[in-house]
Amino acid sequence: MLEIKNLFAQVDDKEILSGIDLNIGAGEVHAIMGPNGSGKSTLSNVLAGRAGYEVTGGSVTFEGKNLLDMDPEIRAREGIFLAFQYPAEIPGVSNDYFLKASLNAVRSHRGESELDAMDFLEISREKMKQVEMPDDLMSRAINEGFSGGEKKRNEVLQMLLLEPKMCVLDETDSGLDIDALRVVAEGVNALRNESRSMLVITHYQRLLEYIVPDKVHVLSGGRIVRTGGSELALELEEKGYGWIEAST
Amino acid sequence: MASDNADLQRIADQEYQYGFVTDIDSDQIPPGLNEETVRHISAKKNEPDWMLDFRLKAFRRFSEMLEEQADPTWAMVDYPKINYQDIIYYSAPKTEAVLESLDEVDPELLRTYDKLGISLAEQKRLSGVKVAVDAVFDSVSVATTFKSELESKGIIFCSFSEAVQEHPDLIKKYLGSVVPYSDNFFACLNSAVFSDGSFAYIPKGVKCPMELSTYFRINSAGTGQFERTLLVADEGASVSYLEGCTAPMRDENQLHAAVVELVALDDAEIKYSTVQNWYPGDKNGVGGIYNFVTKRGACRGRRSKISWTQVETGSAITWKYPSCLLQGDESIGEFYSVAMTNNRQQADTGTKMIHIGKNTRSTIISKGISAGQGQQSYRGLVKVGRKAEGARNYSQCDSLLLGDQCGAHTFPYLEIENQASTVEHEATTSKISEDQLFYCQQRGLSEEDSISMIVNGFCKEVLRELPMEFAVEAQNLLSVSLEGSVG
Repeated sequence: MLEIKNLFAQVDDKEILSGIDLNIGAGEVHAIMGPNGSGKSTLSNVLAGRAGYEVTGGSVTFEGKNLLDMDPEIRAREGIFLAFQYPAEIPGVSNDYFLKASLNAVRSHRGESELDAMDFLEISREKMKQVEMPDDLMSRAINEGFSGGEKKRNEVLQMLLLEPKMCVLDETDSGLDIDALRVVAEGVNALRNESRSMLVITHYQRLLEYIVPDKVHVLSGGRIVRTGGSELALELEEKGYGWIEAST
Repeated sequence: MASDNADLQRIADQEYQYGFVTDIDSDQIPPGLNEETVRHISAKKNEPDWMLDFRLKAFRRFSEMLEEQADPTWAMVDYPKINYQDIIYYSAPKTEAVLESLDEVDPELLRTYDKLGISLAEQKRLSGVKVAVDAVFDSVSVATTFKSELESKGIIFCSFSEAVQEHPDLIKKYLGSVVPYSDNFFACLNSAVFSDGSFAYIPKGVKCPMELSTYFRINSAGTGQFERTLLVADEGASVSYLEGCTAPMRDENQLHAAVVELVALDDAEIKYSTVQNWYPGDKNGVGGIYNFVTKRGACRGRRSKISWTQVETGSAITWKYPSCLLQGDESIGEFYSVAMTNNRQQADTGTKMIHIGKNTRSTIISKGISAGQGQQSYRGLVKVGRKAEGARNYSQCDSLLLGDQCGAHTFPYLEIENQASTVEHEATTSKISEDQLFYCQQRGLSEEDSISMIVNGFCKEVLRELPMEFAVEAQNLLSVSLEGSVG
């Protein structure tokens, strides 16, 4: 599904990623853990194609296509979804209007018919229940005045609606209390299947109790320094990131 | 992103959609402005003496102003000196005789309005909403629809020229009563040479059953358009009025200097909406309309209300300040504005809210969007007179910048003579953030669609004030006007 080879990237002329190699197969859930400044968020932004993140070496292939050649919206339509750590607020644009436009952009790229307002309403209601989201959040402006938990639920709601092939969750657990964490994780787990892949980026092991990964990678200094099964997350929690840094 | 830029360039090079010219014989007078020109226009319209006198007084005052200093210089706009002798002051499509019905309108003109999306056929539009249209082509009104249906309610809706002939008492009573002929340089010029426009009178207690609208079209080269609109809502009457405008693409600048006067008596309500899409000039700033317009409404009666809503996307230069004189106690004035400047467009626009009566209220919501090398200023005056106890004003001016070569400026003026009043002013300037843009793109929306969505969101408080049909048009217009503003 996603093949990252010897990826180098820089921000403001400073090298952040220094040779990442990572293969995520269809249906696999990988977690990336690492201390602050290790390059976790840079990796998610590079995958999504954010301006200002310059790839200086290596390649990223998504379903056999060169991902780095695509504009951000094309990556999104091809099935890469980034659940943001800090979702943007857009005043005056209602959440449902935005989600419908987004869903229809993705659908028409897939060659599917666009949904009208009624069809959209029906589908979105069902998905909203899944993330326990109150109705009024749909008619409010995107993320404006949403609590931290509501913003993250909104991200997962979008993921449920768009049904991407590859979900990248960037510190989705940050700022969530335990109840919100459970709801968000249940939403994500509902999307797990044999064809959909996920890359879960997190600082803490906590999220991985709910979303159990197939593989855990530890990122440090812009490189993957250790890879293991889900037990690696527990080991990290116990020993701290200092343990990895000391042993590499 | 290289391919993206190429796409944007292609879209930016798209031509202004309404830039065509209608090939039609016109009856024109030679360029130039003197007393003879004024008499000539008046004679062509077979006007009574009192109308000619009004014009001549205005012309004499204008001549004095021209000698003193010519164009006003306080606005933040920059343009070469206009030679008022180079302008053609009257141009009308040639007609054989007076038209008895719409069927007699030149088919070429009907096709022109069809192309502009304005139906002069008296049928309901797709939305099921009836809109009565007065179509002004260069210097004259060529058709007014639904007249008889409106007449059955006692509503007068006709061209200004016709009103001078048929309803002289109303014209004499109200013309120049809100904007005196000597008010300002461009209003004075208009008062001397205005050629046509729309007149509407809504009688006591009547709610106008359909939207009234005037569609202005400049066609001939070298002409200026000087139209006059006068709306009077008698006691307890209400009306919603729409105004739209387009012009062909030309390398020269053309002057549009209009005057709009509104009068609302006791408990009357006027809602006046404008979607201004005059040709803005090309991306290098060549050509385009100079839109120098005086619009003012008098809330003369108690509890009367006048609401201005404008979406300004066209014109090379816009200079206009739709204002309210809040004379009646408890009267209400509103101004909702979206102004967009792209490429080399300049706009100096805002409003004046003059609180005279007690417990008068006003609201100003202004949204400015600058892209390319566009420059725009909000200029607004809130004045609370000595006797205006309990007056309240709320002003909000937000500017949005796209790119780093455009500018936004805010000039609020406050003159408060009564301490028992409340005035609030809020202003913000922001840029479309990279975060917002990337968020939309990550959800599959193109860069252009993302910007258009963010800009429409920014303008929402104003767009929702527009009548339904206009709101959709305005949203599309904002998107089109933004094309090529990023990349």
